[in-house]
Amino acid sequence: MHEMGIAKSLLEIIKREMKKSKVKRLKKVRVKIGELTAVEPEALRFCFEASIKDTDLDGARLEIEDVPLTGKCHDCRTRFRFHHFVSLCPVCGGKKIEKLTGTELDLVSIEAV
Amino acid sequence: MHDILIEEKILSENDAIAHENRHAFAERGVFVINMVSSPGAGKTTLIERMTPILLDTLGRFAVIEGDLEGDLDAVRIARAGVPVKQITTGKACHLDAHNIAHALPWALEQDAGLLIIENVGNMVCPAEYDLGEDMKVTVLSAAEGDDKPLKYPAIFDASSALIINKIDLAPHTDFDIERARANALAINPSLQIFETSCRTGEGIEQWCAFLASKTLALRGSVSTSR
Repeated sequence: MHEMGIAKSLLEIIKREMKKSKVKRLKKVRVKIGELTAVEPEALRFCFEASIKDTDLDGARLEIEDVPLTGKCHDCRTRFRFHHFVSLCPVCGGKKIEKLTGTELDLVSIEAV
Repeated sequence: MHDILIEEKILSENDAIAHENRHAFAERGVFVINMVSSPGAGKTTLIERMTPILLDTLGRFAVIEGDLEGDLDAVRIARAGVPVKQITTGKACHLDAHNIAHALPWALEQDAGLLIIENVGNMVCPAEYDLGEDMKVTVLSAAEGDDKPLKYPAIFDASSALIINKIDLAPHTDFDIERARANALAINPSLQIFETSCRTGEGIEQWCAFLASKTLALRGSVSTSR
């Protein structure tokens, strides 16, 4: 269970950015979590909410965008969504796949006043 | 209402420290591996068995032991004659780049071309935390399921090498080595796979030869660039 550590890192960036932008009340946080990351979105939500409870940030909403694992075949250039994480082109059977999306663990933006 | 665009990796701080670690190790020609597995896959025993071979080929190497509590593993490694630094993470289920940054001065003082970091036994969390290693090595034992690569894809995807350990047990379990290989390669076709048994010693030399060649290649490139 490392989602608590991820939530902590997330909140550190948020606090730094809020200070920089001179905003006080956090309304919404948007994150992207790729399918291939070892982060469970609902566990992260639980940890995020537990971490801000009874603090200045209490009440902020975490909006999670799940990003599917997609890739591009080096041989036939087909773009596709991975099936069960298997690195295999569904068109030509090629195994040299460049990952396009699905490894994100990003803070996208925040809404605050 | 302000909509503030940030677009930053959540683990950017860890990644920045890992980058510094990697740079410091590379500058001194230290090849670093980050060994990951479930608890009980045999990482520490594997290091013990690797020790005489690596001491013979490399002269020197060092180990960082990551555990939740205690120094049992570090004591075992030290007894084998290898400089070892214990990191206890308390409740954290993985090492992070910070832990390694703290141990970095010690690691560089050992004047060893190879540093083996034995991560906390866990196949989930270490996948997300870059330590500044040159390669992640996953250990999967024949006492586990051969479907593990399909259940924990992130760590197999992030690894460069896979060691299938305890192969002497395979005939006594439902673990199918070929199926394990196929599952691991389905997730990551570029994985280098080794098969070892710490009981019989099978495969340890091949794995050590691979590790030694990587270490010596890095040392060679650093000394020629100076």
